[in-house]
Amino acid sequence: MSKLNSKIPDGPLADKWTNHKASLKLVNPANKGKLDIIVIGTGLGGSSSASTLGELGYNVKVFSYQDSPRRAHSVAAQGGINAAKNYKNDNDSIYRLFYDMLKGGDFRAREANVYRAAEVSNLVIDHYTALGVPFARDYGGTIDNRSFGGVQVSRTFYAKGQTGQQCLVGAYSALTRQIAKGTVTMYPRREMLDLVIVDGKARGIITRNLVTGEIERHSAHAVVLATGGYGTIYYMSTLALNSNASATWKAHKKGAFFANPSFVQIHPTSIPVLNSYQSKLTLMSESLRNDGRVWVPKKQKDTRKPNDIPEDERDYYLERRYPAFGNLVPRDVASRAAKERCDAGFGVGSTGLSVYLDFRDAIKKKGKKVIEENYGNLFDMYEKISGESPLETPMRIYPAGHYTMGGLWVDYNLMTTIPGLFAVGESNFSDHGANRLGASSLMQCSGDGYFILPYTITDYLASDIKTPKIKTDSPEFEVAEKEVSERVKKLLSINGKETPTSYHRRLGKIMWDYCGMVRNEEGLKKALVLIKELEDEFWKNLKVAGKAEELNQELEKAGRVMDFFELAKLLCTDALNRKESCGAHFREESQTETGEAKRDDNNFSYVAAWEYKGQGQEPDLHKEELKFEYVKLQERSYK
Amino acid sequence: MNIKLKIWRQPNAKSKGRFETYPLNDVSSEMSFLEMLDYLNNSLIKEGKEPVAFEHDCREGICGSCGMYISGRPHGPQHKTTTCELRMREFKDGQTITVEPWRAAAFPIIKDLIVDRNAFDKIMQSGGFISINTGAAQDANSILVPKKNADEAFDSASCIGCGACVAACKNSSAMLFISAKVTHLAQFPQGRTEAEIRVKNMVAKMEELGFGGCTNTRACEAECPKGISISNIAKLNREFFVAKLKD
Ligand SMILES: Cc1cc2nc3c(=O)[nH]c(=O)nc-3n(C[C@H](O)[C@H](O)[C@H](O)COP(=O)(O)OP(=O)(O)OC[C@H]3O[C@@H](n4cnc5c(N)ncnc54)[C@H](O)[C@@H]3O)c2cc1C
Ligand code: SF4
Ligand code: FES
Repeated sequence: MSKLNSKIPDGPLADKWTNHKASLKLVNPANKGKLDIIVIGTGLGGSSSASTLGELGYNVKVFSYQDSPRRAHSVAAQGGINAAKNYKNDNDSIYRLFYDMLKGGDFRAREANVYRAAEVSNLVIDHYTALGVPFARDYGGTIDNRSFGGVQVSRTFYAKGQTGQQCLVGAYSALTRQIAKGTVTMYPRREMLDLVIVDGKARGIITRNLVTGEIERHSAHAVVLATGGYGTIYYMSTLALNSNASATWKAHKKGAFFANPSFVQIHPTSIPVLNSYQSKLTLMSESLRNDGRVWVPKKQKDTRKPNDIPEDERDYYLERRYPAFGNLVPRDVASRAAKERCDAGFGVGSTGLSVYLDFRDAIKKKGKKVIEENYGNLFDMYEKISGESPLETPMRIYPAGHYTMGGLWVDYNLMTTIPGLFAVGESNFSDHGANRLGASSLMQCSGDGYFILPYTITDYLASDIKTPKIKTDSPEFEVAEKEVSERVKKLLSINGKETPTSYHRRLGKIMWDYCGMVRNEEGLKKALVLIKELEDEFWKNLKVAGKAEELNQELEKAGRVMDFFELAKLLCTDALNRKESCGAHFREESQTETGEAKRDDNNFSYVAAWEYKGQGQEPDLHKEELKFEYVKLQERSYK
Repeated sequence: MNIKLKIWRQPNAKSKGRFETYPLNDVSSEMSFLEMLDYLNNSLIKEGKEPVAFEHDCREGICGSCGMYISGRPHGPQHKTTTCELRMREFKDGQTITVEPWRAAAFPIIKDLIVDRNAFDKIMQSGGFISINTGAAQDANSILVPKKNADEAFDSASCIGCGACVAACKNSSAMLFISAKVTHLAQFPQGRTEAEIRVKNMVAKMEELGFGGCTNTRACEAECPKGISISNIAKLNREFFVAKLKD
């Protein structure tokens, strides 16, 4: 029997959330102060949750491994944040945003959650604007919008190419206000290394103080994970270098199901790998595809400079293959199309692993000034890295690992399969299906924290008001702390020859080669063997410099890589299980005659939620059937 | 290329630090400065030595983590560039490069190149926000903001909180940082009611935390990786003056 209960409310789609809210229990303000909540992460998911819960009167403790909440990875989001405001009068609506997200996710997300995300999106924009987020404006003083990949309306709110930073600074300022008021306590430079369960409920965490190395115990009535995605499993990705899966993975090992781990989005427009020392790939926002045209030469291995290649010798392959959406096709489609051209020998640059993104025509039409105004800081970023100005010569781009749609399984209340453990933002699986629609993650992270979790966590806590402060001297805390200390000791004691980074790099290569943009059965099986071999070597030959009782960045990395090995196996297992193509998950065995993803709704219309069964044991698969009551499943075509 | 690195090593806040010199060969001009440090660390570890601790995360110039002093300048020689965006092509073969942490009383050293910039958060807590309650905001377009103000707010808001302005200033003043925040919020009608308290509290907090005063030497502006202009400081002074007048 499946242990999954998604708790989707009855009633018409548009009324579900409203009705559900009316049925959720409340906690008296006087009692809120007696309840402790731990939030891990200060990105948009964590900052929004912590500040709102603090504002409600709960005792909130918020943790992050950065020194300041303002540096969480959300800061890097460039392109924008969606909302269904219909400010452009282009016939947008909550329903359309919902539909675009569901279709973008290839019908592998939960209808009710996606609808709710679209529903609260408008509140998110109102809130950020009130906090002073400087969204782009028109001369009349109203907010401007732009369009983003995969959609035909302009619903994306943006602040040049710094939308993430601007929203995060807004969210951070609200959090800051609560910290000043004393409702929220901030614990910077702390890494969560385990979750503590008491009587079946999440009651605390074990952290390592990254400055002193001290292992600490923290308790609460409920724990919220807002720890972001695991795209860095590929080593080279668009994510911040310290992003990792450890918190969600530790929770998984304590009983939280992990859903759809193989749904990883490969972003089509990243600066390509330029040299072998490179530590990360820098994203170039997808909004560039509003004005940039993607092309490769019609001739294979054409070595001419891009500006010397005449118009009729250029292949604008996205416009050619997908006339309706052209350069604005969704990310998975654009990524695979780039790979296809490069694999066929038409790629450009010294490695042949890149394509052009060209602003020439847009500059001709709109003028240099307008283009610079819209994309200035992205162009600067590109120029700093490559030494070339996109105003003069086309950019070179290639796909890179980016966003993870998989994450901890949560029910409609954002609670995992562990009572009292909630997951918000990118750390949960809930709203994106197999392929995230651009600009909808910032929207979801913020919506989760500001307008959903505070209501649902209150409902959970309503039955806990009599529970006194959770003690940290119980056997459960004792055992968890001991395990963490022993793990740290073990990592330091191997004393082999290879650094954590070297293992991370090699693991990343395996993942990219066999579980990246395209997957097949043979490759995935091979990957599982290779990962296991590398993991065995890791435990024999790892070298971690330094000591436990000090700031030790190598130790931090080692712990993260250790968890990535285990997650990598689950990712491949999940990809192997899903013998269909959907969105970002492209199984070679399942494609149409024209090479597009072929879904199998009869057999795979489910969320794959994996249960951890112990070290070395095969995980158990639980299926949450996806029922579509309000949309008709359609082939996802952008032609 | 081959270079020589002179790096500040300090195991923790309590111990004394000193410069260590490390020759480093086969550095590619395509490496970023931090990738060069990764490369150095890799060889240090192989030699059984402790790697250099430095802070970083996004590695694309937006999180503000990677502050360090490079050859006498915050974030190194290139204008409007964070350390992570700096490339080794900016240096010459055979060059000696000195690398130090930010030095300011309000930013105590934690280890090697890492300092504690928590003082910036404390300044923000003293008033760097607009007080609104979640869920109470009106429709976003009900507050009209002239495009010019929105653009100016954006320019000020692009501060990444790296602390280079403090490190560059001979008084270790945090004026550029605070002025960027004050100017950002001052461009909007929302939050106006608390503008006077905001500016007074933030300036008072700055002084309390051990940052120096501003004597208009403009070093902060010259070294700010995000090009935050000192015209922000003029705006802050104006806001501060008006607030004080009403006392
Ligand atoms: C380059 C780039 C550009 C993007 N552009 C867009 C865009 O334009 N629009 C859009 O909608 N989305 C975009 N995204 C996606 C979006 O930015 C992320 O999905 C979103 O910001 C995730 O927010 P979060 O709050 O879930 O997690 P994060 O912002 O990643 O925050 C994670 C937090 O958890 C903390 N943490 C993690 N693990 C631990 C641990 N073990 N212990 C303690 N603390 C921990 C971290 O310190 C951090 O504070 C982009 C992503 C990237 C990489
Ligand atoms: S004003 Fe400039 S130098 Fe100072 S913290 Fe902000 S971005 Fe850094
Ligand atoms: S590492 Fe983020 S700004 Fe340099």
